[in-house]
Amino acid sequence: MDQLLQHLLNGLLLGATYSLLGIGLTLVFGLMNVVNFAHGEFYTLGAYAAFAALLLTPVHFFLAIPLAIAAGALAGALCERVLLRPLRGQSIDTVMLVMIGLWIAMQNAELLGWGGVAKSVPTPFPTHPVVLGAVSVAPLRIFVFAVSGLLILGAHLLLSRTKLGRAMRATFQDRETAALMGVSIERIHTVTFAFGAGLAAAAGALLGPVFLLYPSMGDLASLKAFSVVVV
Amino acid sequence: MEQVIRALFVALTVVAALAAPAPAQEAVKVGVIQPLSGSVAASGNYVRMGAEIGRDWINAKGGVLGRKVELLIEDNKSDPKEAATAAEKLIVRDKVPVIVGAWGSSMTLAAMPKLEEYGVPMIVETSSASTITKRGNPWVFRISPPSEMEALGLEKYMKDLGIKQADFLAVNTDWGRGAVGAFGDLLKRSGAQVGSAEFMEQAATDMNAQITKVKAGGGDTLFLTTSVEQITLVLKQAQEQRLVRRVITTGGSSSPSQLIKQAGAAAEGTYHILFFLPWFPEAMPDGKLAKAFVDEWAKRGHPFEGLTEGFRGHDGVLTAVEAVRLAGKAEPKAVQAALWQVSVMGLNGPIKFEKDGPAGKESGQSKPSIFIVQVKDGKIALPAFSAKK
Repeated sequence: MDQLLQHLLNGLLLGATYSLLGIGLTLVFGLMNVVNFAHGEFYTLGAYAAFAALLLTPVHFFLAIPLAIAAGALAGALCERVLLRPLRGQSIDTVMLVMIGLWIAMQNAELLGWGGVAKSVPTPFPTHPVVLGAVSVAPLRIFVFAVSGLLILGAHLLLSRTKLGRAMRATFQDRETAALMGVSIERIHTVTFAFGAGLAAAAGALLGPVFLLYPSMGDLASLKAFSVVVV
Repeated sequence: MEQVIRALFVALTVVAALAAPAPAQEAVKVGVIQPLSGSVAASGNYVRMGAEIGRDWINAKGGVLGRKVELLIEDNKSDPKEAATAAEKLIVRDKVPVIVGAWGSSMTLAAMPKLEEYGVPMIVETSSASTITKRGNPWVFRISPPSEMEALGLEKYMKDLGIKQADFLAVNTDWGRGAVGAFGDLLKRSGAQVGSAEFMEQAATDMNAQITKVKAGGGDTLFLTTSVEQITLVLKQAQEQRLVRRVITTGGSSSPSQLIKQAGAAAEGTYHILFFLPWFPEAMPDGKLAKAFVDEWAKRGHPFEGLTEGFRGHDGVLTAVEAVRLAGKAEPKAVQAALWQVSVMGLNGPIKFEKDGPAGKESGQSKPSIFIVQVKDGKIALPAFSAKK
């Protein structure tokens, strides 16, 4: 029974992290119809950005996370402007190939920049677990779970309740009509992709400290994210 | 856009042409296959650093056969398929007479058929799976201990450790599966209970399910066989789940200094089977050599925690070059024959090959020194029982 409870809790916490990985990918695929193979690399970027922020500047752990998200969103916006915009209207396969290329390029850039040796992100959380009856859980995992939940809720609210969200959905449903209604199509594309990349970076910044950082960490994340989206 | 791509392509071609090695070969080439990227990249990079020190030391003393030694280092990306490709590339393209590699047992096993196909010897510097020297591949010469030898090294401490029931958590590779078998046999010989054996994929990061299962078993000891990255994660996650066990890592790749740094308190009390002790170089078979290596490592700015892997690269290159010297020429067949004559003092201890595997097609197996250390108060210590023996 104790074992079952612990397994359930482990599963729940792991599931939350996977959903955080999946949400950015779903958004970009569902709205933009872009199969983002580089998703895992934005995840890695977020993790390393948080690590770099902690290493190179005196910022606190909690501030490193929004910084990492900003870095991811910025990289996403750049990628949309430089790579995806010229490919607008091309077949989904062409875009897919370009994204695979971006994945390989980003991963090797990370390897070049950070080296292959795994890095560990220090956190202010105590390493001793919180004990709840028969089960136990690390405080960091609870934090990750909570922030994941908030980010997912935030993304949902942004899409369903705000003007920007409505503009996003309208753009990808019917481009011409949305444009006629005064929606800036180009801007929406950039914002949506940046948003997806930012969420991936958030996942990286949150999960990096739970696990370890290494250049190929995005591969496993991508795999899980794609399973989440497909299932 | 098209013009830019074309320009880039031209530039790349020019760079590639300039970077191509000169056909006249003055240096003696030694191929090195290591995981420089992917899930076990840390270890592979440390071995590479050690190999480079070995090369530089040999060259400083005038090289071999009056020629310099050159290392050709290939990345196997922590992937067995890539290890086979790397071996083929080194043999066919670079025409190396001898290779040092390929860290993981699965990677070594994948590269082995290529050695046989082309007839080039390989010094196996890290791999632990016993099958490597049992397959009847006469091109394989191993300087690292197979898991069985490690288990024998631990046997004399079994009474002191007082293990009653042990579980296993191992990476799902030839190395991990081999270690579970070898240490399982040791437990049975010593009259201890063998509990559950759990496996994890090489790239897995969440081992909570396995830890929960181990916890339910109720043993007193956990044998942990995997890379330092996964050991870090397992120790951290075991702490989260309040798993109280005597942890013993096998394979010599656990880098306790890195564990102290990255797993912190979770590493406290753990035992590690190692083949080089950078904390106590004077305790090594050749204390002076070990001290010089530790100093050189520090001088190059390499991280201290890499030394427990790095020595393997040095010993591998040393063995390879010694065989070339004995052969009198840098040709694979001659080097293979000369490897049987090699008798050198490495960082781990004396290196000398004995025959292992099916008769007529034996592989070479050296008998390395085996040590055990414990993390105590955030430092590395020799366990009390090993000091008195």
